[in-house]
Amino acid sequence: MQKYDAVVIGGGHNGLVNAAYLGKAGLKVALLERRPVVGGATITEEIYPGFKYLTGSYLISLLRPQVIRELELPKHGLEILPLESTVAPLLDGDYFADWPDHDMTRQEIERFSRKDAESYDEFNATMRRIVFGVKPILDMIPPDPTSLEPHDLAQMARVRGTLDRMERRDFHTLCRLMTMSAADFLDEWFETAPLKAIKSTSGIIGTFLGVRSAGTGYVLLHHYLGELNGVPRAWGFAKGGTGGLSQSIARSARAHGVEIFEDTPVERILVENGRAVGVATAKGDEFRADRVISGAHAHPTFLKMMDPGDLPEEYLADINRWRTRGPSCKVNLALDGLPDFPAIPKNKRALLRGSIEIAPSVDYLEKAYDDAKYGGWSRRPFMDALMPSLLDPGMAPPGKHIMSLFVQYADADLKGGWTEQKKAEFLEVVVDTLSEHSPDLKDKILHKHIMTPDDLERVFGLTGGHIFHGELTLPQLFFMRPSPQWANYRTPIKNLWMCGSSCHPGGCITGAPGRNAALEILSEVKEQVPV
Amino acid sequence: MQRLKVTPFHSRTSALMQGAEWRRWGGYQVASCYEMVPDREYYSVRSSTAMFDVSPLAKYRIKGLEARPFLQKLLTRNIQSLVPGKVIYSPWCDSRGKVVDDGTLACFAEDDFQLTAAEQGEAWLKRVATGFQVTIDNISDDYGILALQGPTSRGLLNELVGEGIDQLGFSEAASFEVEDVPVWISRTGYTGDLGYEVWVKAQHAEKLWDRLVEIGFSFALMPAGIWALDVARVEAGLIMLDVDYLSALRTESLAQTSSPFELGLGWSVHFKKGDFVGREALWREKEENSTPYRFVTLVMDDLAYREAFQQVGLAVDLPVQAWRGMHPLFDAQGEQPGYATCGTWSPTTQKYIMLAQVEPAYSAEGSELLFDAVVDRKRRKFPCRVVKTPVFETSRKKECYAKV
Repeated sequence: MQKYDAVVIGGGHNGLVNAAYLGKAGLKVALLERRPVVGGATITEEIYPGFKYLTGSYLISLLRPQVIRELELPKHGLEILPLESTVAPLLDGDYFADWPDHDMTRQEIERFSRKDAESYDEFNATMRRIVFGVKPILDMIPPDPTSLEPHDLAQMARVRGTLDRMERRDFHTLCRLMTMSAADFLDEWFETAPLKAIKSTSGIIGTFLGVRSAGTGYVLLHHYLGELNGVPRAWGFAKGGTGGLSQSIARSARAHGVEIFEDTPVERILVENGRAVGVATAKGDEFRADRVISGAHAHPTFLKMMDPGDLPEEYLADINRWRTRGPSCKVNLALDGLPDFPAIPKNKRALLRGSIEIAPSVDYLEKAYDDAKYGGWSRRPFMDALMPSLLDPGMAPPGKHIMSLFVQYADADLKGGWTEQKKAEFLEVVVDTLSEHSPDLKDKILHKHIMTPDDLERVFGLTGGHIFHGELTLPQLFFMRPSPQWANYRTPIKNLWMCGSSCHPGGCITGAPGRNAALEILSEVKEQVPV
Repeated sequence: MQRLKVTPFHSRTSALMQGAEWRRWGGYQVASCYEMVPDREYYSVRSSTAMFDVSPLAKYRIKGLEARPFLQKLLTRNIQSLVPGKVIYSPWCDSRGKVVDDGTLACFAEDDFQLTAAEQGEAWLKRVATGFQVTIDNISDDYGILALQGPTSRGLLNELVGEGIDQLGFSEAASFEVEDVPVWISRTGYTGDLGYEVWVKAQHAEKLWDRLVEIGFSFALMPAGIWALDVARVEAGLIMLDVDYLSALRTESLAQTSSPFELGLGWSVHFKKGDFVGREALWREKEENSTPYRFVTLVMDDLAYREAFQQVGLAVDLPVQAWRGMHPLFDAQGEQPGYATCGTWSPTTQKYIMLAQVEPAYSAEGSELLFDAVVDRKRRKFPCRVVKTPVFETSRKKECYAKV
């Protein structure tokens, strides 16, 4: 039986990043993936022949530039194409658009409000300054604020240090943003309903809260923390889908000697004398290692792969009360040609290459939440649509297209459960809602596919189908994620580590938990990462 | 009113222009960028197909009994084996062995060739042609050229002219028809990617454009401007006249000129073929190993660059449009063993890259230099490293698609 320096559970993007960094530092690493292919929810799947579906994540922005650079992802095949515009077709036949160019966006906003066109510049500058101050926190190891240990104090000083970069008024704005609802925050800036609507959607992505629920302000900020080619807040599409990204990380990991075992579900984390010593797989194999790192969701890690008796009660309570009930579905449509959106003027068809948001107003979004919160789904859901085949023609056969739809809300705990019939019914709701904006859509659909919260859990192991491994709300952020005192990627079990989105800084394709955990592990093995 | 010349595609390109971003090229007006930001145009080169109007290229038809001997005399490269259907690239020099211009040469028949150049320079060709039985026709205004560059370009042309396009290997060319309009297509380009250049008589140019746009929709074709081309060609390590070197005919001092060895074109200097303009000087340069500079690609430490911006409270400013100009490169002692001539953020490789001239001692891969950049009003030095040219390479470029 081989013994490894580290065994990583789960080949999601963070598990892969973590393994790649450890491999790069010279550790002997095995990564075990439950499914036949690595990537986790960062995956492209050809469910309908010739059409590449994005069954999980679909866009990239928060991926840390260090990860791209240090793991040489472009060399291993990563290409990210910028996604530039956002358009919302409105119910009255008009549209609202956000372009990559300042003057063009200004023209669009001026159609609705001259005042908002002015505020828009100030809003963007404020968000940029706040993001600039906050962003270094993504790469920090969360300290325990109650601890007087030197490393915790040093990290606390670093957290405090971020404030030095921030003007006082920006810090106050940040505090309010962190605690307010996205819609209330935007109300302070703008009067244009569709502008507020498309901006506020950033506050509810993946989150089982409404745009008027306190706490969605942070989720909005979270989605502003990314960049592309140094351009803050820019989002991009990985060539070949997000699977193109995870495959590039996997290639980098393999190039650094990581052994990747697909189709190898971990059944149990082996604990001996209070220390993790390896894992046992469902196939009956054991992988012995000096340390075990879980990229999986906190629930399966601690509630399925371990004997609860091995964990302190306090910690177990934190994991049990972890809020991870997801509101999101993922729909993919194979299309026989481009659907028409009559609200989008013919001379602005370039907008079809960007995000198409079915988010006509803040009230529409709030109603969508209201419908779902008692175990139901939105009668008219919010949708973030994208036609990747317009950016990367390889995603569909020539002349055909795919549409990826991120859809909210549909309760993970649906009344009566997610039966096949319920699944089909909600898929119809999605298509009907979209057809209100695109009358010829239904005629063009060759195939449709939905991932409900139930499917997200079953296929990707995301408990409650929560795309971030649990809500990004204040009680579950930074030094509270996933449990106070254990936010530094360690766990109460010696040599058992966490490296997935259940840890700081949470969900989205960031690679940050994977990298932060690796750096922390390596500082313990007294090795330096060669950069 | 006197105006710059326009290309045969102007009615179409001007209709697309969103922000009046035009530029000059060889006396013509061409687009720097059609959209207000050039990103999408650049990405189409690497992910779908970009369509560049490169009509301002100088074009010459060279015919006559002594066409080949003349071209052997003009170009540094041996063209003895150039047969009909093939295209080669070569620079040409003055008698001091300094580069005058560079371009591609296609062969139609033993006595019939076609040469392109970055800039108009008929007088020089005619001077070298003295005594040869050859006619040189400047056909620059007679043809429009569209460069279709990117991974879907083959599929697109397949649709346009049929499967014959698959038979074209890299640097090969053939004649085709598009709805009775004759076109000549070479598998060449200036992006380092799979790509083709389509020549069409000026009077049919608009028809070709319209047809390409129509078919191109399914292939995510995007008309693209010179800014996009510039980033792609720096990634591909391809030099540009007036940016990376000056024509020896237009410099004011010898120091401003460049030999092919300085431009990384040593591979195209063929001494064994016999006499050519500049041979003696180039031979001496090679014998004495006296080339003062070597052409290299540099990668700057972008994390250090990002950090410098972070320190002063700014988001990093990565150039998404290539900059041009002479930027000094320093060694650890503060000496200046070279200069960069252009640089850009390379979105595909995610690296900050530059093309540069450095003293031979610094030209080996891995050599380290310092680049001067301004961060928030202050000059700072950032480490950069010589890497293999080009930083971007794809097997698509030369892949064989012919059915066996």
